[in-house]
Amino acid sequence: MLTSKLREALICLKAGRVTLPYPFAPHDPEPGFRGKVTIDADLCFGCGGCANVCEAGVILLTDSGQHTRVLEFFWRRCTYCGRCQEVCPEGAVKLSQEFQTATNDAADLYLRLEVFMGPCQRCGRCFPPPTPLERMKRTGFRADGEGGRA
Amino acid sequence: MAMLEKACQKAFGKALWVYHANTGACNGCDIEVINVLTPYYDAERFGIKLVGSPRHADVLLVCGPVTRQVAPALQRLYDATPNPKLVFAIGSCATGGGCWFDTYSTLGGADKVIPVDFYVPGCPPRPEAILYGVAVSLGLAPKTVGAELLRQESVEELARGESIVGEVRP
Repeated sequence: MLTSKLREALICLKAGRVTLPYPFAPHDPEPGFRGKVTIDADLCFGCGGCANVCEAGVILLTDSGQHTRVLEFFWRRCTYCGRCQEVCPEGAVKLSQEFQTATNDAADLYLRLEVFMGPCQRCGRCFPPPTPLERMKRTGFRADGEGGRA
Repeated sequence: MAMLEKACQKAFGKALWVYHANTGACNGCDIEVINVLTPYYDAERFGIKLVGSPRHADVLLVCGPVTRQVAPALQRLYDATPNPKLVFAIGSCATGGGCWFDTYSTLGGADKVIPVDFYVPGCPPRPEAILYGVAVSLGLAPKTVGAELLRQESVEELARGESIVGEVRP
């Protein structure tokens, strides 16, 4: 009885310290980890594929004015599935390695990008594809509309 | 505000006893919360202890989009927790409803029912992310996220030679 306890204690002592010093020393995730969504404003051209495929309806796409298309990420409910990253033709949307996203304010979990759109030469506004076929050719086409249910 | 902070530090300085509430989660976040309490991550060195009753708890850990059935129970849970109390929303579902934010059977997020003090997004959040949330609440670490407002330059601004891409506006 006593010897078994002593042996147990020996095993525990031999193991040494297993606890991570985490909040005081960084502990990076493995490569391939999908963290907070980031967008490269230089590369995005506003096709809206990410909004079409987003499972949680995080991405809202609105055309404001004639030249600007606004992409809004309400990523507080992002499920980190990575579909937006897969479907982005320019590689603008990326899921970073950032995971330390705890906050006390829900408004912090928000990303907004105003994309400058090349307007129609004739009418001067950015336009949706006119025919059903062209709509289906769009990146990440989904039958139930424009995506972004927010 | 500073007084409230001081009061909070006095009240929560020693040990946080947490009560873990599953409000319709898929068990992903629950497993990560249990993971935090294992010797590997060892939240007990901060005095964090899991208790079996909300009447003993300082902190509520809410996981899951609040389903319609569980919403009144969550409200009762909140009322049963003595003041001062902190509410942590763990995971995408509790912070914003996840992919069930607009379904008929969930309310979409813990903050639709009870006031939430700290949000820990992730699906599920890494155990480190939950520990980071605890560290933020105790004032050991600053929060690293903020609303990002980006925009591209227009043709006129390009013609003027201005490039403002990637600028973060407060």
